[in-house]
Amino acid sequence: MEYRPGTMDMPYETALLAPPPSRLEVDAKTSPLRRHALALRDITDGLKLWRLGATLGWLDIKLKYRGSVLGPFWLTISTAVMIAAMGTLYSVLFHMELHGYLPFLALSLVSWNAIGGLVGDACTTFTGAEGTIRATRMPFSVHAMRVVVRTGIQLAHNFPVILGVFAYFHTWPGLVALRAIPALGLWTVDAFAACFLLGALCARFRDIPPIVGSIMQIAFFVTPIVWRPEQLGTKGWWLPLNPFDSLLEIVRAPMLGLHAGWHTYLYAIGYSAILVLGSATMFARVRSRLAFWL
Amino acid sequence: MAFIEVTDLSVDFPLYHGSARSLKKTVFAAASGRLGKDNQHRVVVRALRDISFTLNSGDRLGLIGRNGAGKTTLLRTIGGIYEPTFGRICVDGSINTLLDPNLGMNPDLTGRENIMLRGLYLGLPQGQIRQLEEDVQDFAELGEFLDLPIRFYSSGMLIRLGFALATSISPQVLLMDEWFMAGDAQFMSKARGRLESMVRGAEVLVLSSHLMAVVEAWCTRVIWMERGRVIADGPAKEVINQYLHGPQPDEDGEIRPKVPPAKIETAPKIEMAPTVDHAAVAHGDVEEEAVEAVEALCAVAPPDDTEG
Repeated sequence: MEYRPGTMDMPYETALLAPPPSRLEVDAKTSPLRRHALALRDITDGLKLWRLGATLGWLDIKLKYRGSVLGPFWLTISTAVMIAAMGTLYSVLFHMELHGYLPFLALSLVSWNAIGGLVGDACTTFTGAEGTIRATRMPFSVHAMRVVVRTGIQLAHNFPVILGVFAYFHTWPGLVALRAIPALGLWTVDAFAACFLLGALCARFRDIPPIVGSIMQIAFFVTPIVWRPEQLGTKGWWLPLNPFDSLLEIVRAPMLGLHAGWHTYLYAIGYSAILVLGSATMFARVRSRLAFWL
Repeated sequence: MAFIEVTDLSVDFPLYHGSARSLKKTVFAAASGRLGKDNQHRVVVRALRDISFTLNSGDRLGLIGRNGAGKTTLLRTIGGIYEPTFGRICVDGSINTLLDPNLGMNPDLTGRENIMLRGLYLGLPQGQIRQLEEDVQDFAELGEFLDLPIRFYSSGMLIRLGFALATSISPQVLLMDEWFMAGDAQFMSKARGRLESMVRGAEVLVLSSHLMAVVEAWCTRVIWMERGRVIADGPAKEVINQYLHGPQPDEDGEIRPKVPPAKIETAPKIEMAPTVDHAAVAHGDVEEEAVEAVEALCAVAPPDDTEG
């Protein structure tokens, strides 16, 4: 059947919804300053669409566990089993008392799951959203938010395990634990930065994800997660060189009822600043090319 | 008042084919001082070249030209998806880009969830999202399928959903690819009424199509593109006539005046000869536009060597 146009006498059915007026200006000639302004604009526009980013992240989780009875609580169970198994084994290996060691291990592992999961997911921030990016103009930061929200939900599902360990060993940290909240805020900023940086790098160079994967595997062993930093004694001088060490400690220490030293906060903020600066430079530079790389 | 202003627009497509994209190659090339050479090896397809035009409120522009002429790339660039390599674009007014029937929908999510995401993307409040959902539900007539992942939909159902969703939003600037018309045989008559009401409601329309009847009926102005360049720009009837019956442009986008019209009548058959293997290219993860562009590069233009 050939299309016969001109039959404009159809019942006039007005579309219900009109998007708000907007203005789009794109110029190939951009100064570095303008590139940064545009990148910042992308982020503010993306924050305005926070409901979309959050829903995308939530739907990712829902989708992953669609059709399963326990849904995302499988995460909780598998984490609980892993901590119980590793806790009993390593407390024997390291000759440590379970009462002191298990809360440490539970916090470390849950935190590391979040960090490692985020870094892995950050690599597919933009490549995973290829269809959407090529169909409509959307702030790239929405895709970053999707990854951050997704990781946040996973972290939240692991939290009951920590509460369970606290309850079992009666090791409630007290009010010091509130200090973990600003630290988690810093984590969120870092998470966004990692998504922009790794997401863009991995879109351009498809070899980066496996490299990142093996780096994170090594990082798991050289970061105090299953072992305590005290076990290294004076041989642990290099620990501050590991960015994951301080970032982990600022969340873990308060949750164990301890105070993280000021130098730990300094390292954590310093490493975060480097990450954010690197990520901002990267994103401002490549934002206009990203759609072509997918 | 909505308007579109395109000035000296050029878009280059980098083709990172095979291993050229890999980090290893870049690092090794840098280490052995061959980066410059590698840069030259990077294939860049010039998808759009030096395009300028202005559209004001009330203008209806049709884009015509063969596959690979750059029509879709131009629509994507006006829509802000691709950013220009040279030149500038200014679009004033809310934009709706209807480029592919899937609208970037997630195949694993249900129809309802995809509608909700679209509503959130448009920044609609909860109440209006429900309104959008009802509107699409009524129009697409998907029934219980709306709560199934759209990967289970038949292609007809998928087009109905995409169409209903796309036409439930009334923008000031409407950028539309031809799939809306291409699948028309499957739509009920009300689909046409709905589309036409949206087209009439838009202040500025840019439509890319191979169906000259549609372009002639809907557009006041037509741009004929070949190989990313503007060949002709003017009133709809005039340009369509030139495209269908006039002399064809050569490789440089110039129209040869000396070729007698009798020979040109037979030209279209020859022009189709060399084609790009779509499947092979698609497996290489290459952009759809890039494929189009490559086709444009491969297409032979000179029509004069047939009858000796």
